[in-house]
Amino acid sequence: MEYKDYYKIMGVGKNATQDEIKRSYRKLARKFHPDVSKEKNAEKHFKDVGEAYEVLKDQKKRSAYDQLGKNWKAGQQGFEPPPGWSSDFGFNSSFTGHSANGSKFSDFFESLFGQRNNRFHDSRTAYQTRGENTHAKVFINLDDAYHGTSSSLNLRTTELNKEGHPQLKQRTLNIKIPKGVKNGQNIRLQGQGNPGFGGGQAGDLFLEIGLNPDPIYKVDGRDVSLKLPITPWEAALGSKIQVSTPTGKVELKVPPCVSSGKRMRFKGRGIPGKTPGDFYILLEIVLPESLSDKEKSLYQALQQESSPLNPRIKLEQTHEK
Amino acid sequence: MKNEIIKLYTGIVIEEQTVISLTELCQCCSLPTEQLFVMIDQGIIEPLESNPPSSHWQFSGDSVIRVQTALRLQRDLNVNLAGAVLAVELLDEIKELRQLVAFLQGE
Repeated sequence: MEYKDYYKIMGVGKNATQDEIKRSYRKLARKFHPDVSKEKNAEKHFKDVGEAYEVLKDQKKRSAYDQLGKNWKAGQQGFEPPPGWSSDFGFNSSFTGHSANGSKFSDFFESLFGQRNNRFHDSRTAYQTRGENTHAKVFINLDDAYHGTSSSLNLRTTELNKEGHPQLKQRTLNIKIPKGVKNGQNIRLQGQGNPGFGGGQAGDLFLEIGLNPDPIYKVDGRDVSLKLPITPWEAALGSKIQVSTPTGKVELKVPPCVSSGKRMRFKGRGIPGKTPGDFYILLEIVLPESLSDKEKSLYQALQQESSPLNPRIKLEQTHEK
Repeated sequence: MKNEIIKLYTGIVIEEQTVISLTELCQCCSLPTEQLFVMIDQGIIEPLESNPPSSHWQFSGDSVIRVQTALRLQRDLNVNLAGAVLAVELLDEIKELRQLVAFLQGE
């Protein structure tokens, strides 16, 4: 079992006052709360911080923990509580983890302060309680959003065994992800959360969908766009270009005299849905890195030939005011 | 290896689900109705039509997530209800802005 350095987790010294510990907890709880955090592995950090605070905020638990720490050296593999260790610390916790794996505390905490001999819920198990909801997140690709997919989720839920003790149950759930899901949307599976107590209903599973960025296409809600490089002559003279899209090839008719930034819309070729999104092609005129002498002279002839075109006229007029 | 029929679970995309009833919302969030009414008063969600009786009220599918988030913020971060409602609204705005930034930056 891994030793957990609660002081390190809380970012306080071993001699920190209770006030310092409280302040640090509040700051870290805000930083890592899964609903507001930008950090990676926010949920794990939030659990760690909560567990550390659970021990350090309580004088009794804290001094017991400190005692234990004396016998542990950094880098030591494995950790076991000393024989005769009493885990009767009482349990008055307001901290409630809500992660998908169902367990509130680490093995380390459970072995020291756990309540294996106590009932998980107090006399409330006599009454029906609806099981807690479970939350998970799964990432899909743009192709999955277009066509749907299925996802295999490993879930751990907390259930009561025959003796009324909590135990972690591992199970795998295969979930269909329908086509047309947008980034950030949630799928609700009724009754797939934590089981209820005393015959109560099971909670629900909420699966949040995250869309992985695509290397080629940009996604905005259900609209999908592609930046398409075209040559100056294609832009000037107009052209027909075959373009690959997530829904197959389309023939793009580039009108003559088109400028960079022009958006061409293909209705309904975005991510499917009640109102399917659109597919946009953004035109970008690109020039070669260098011109041959012949090309250069042709361009110069064009320059002479073109009507007094000044694309900056409006800008200049604004400056003159 | 034994051939197993793999059961495929299908859920509802809650943002696409047209409506959820008051009762279902309470069940989903494990909230007594009185407490949900307090939250509605604060404006975190609104019934699609506020004709009485309130027991017949219906809400948009994404109401579940909003209420659950507010409840978690209250429970875990000691935020009061008004603050939690504000936080949920700001989080929505942040989510939209982040998506827009990612789109504009062409990541």
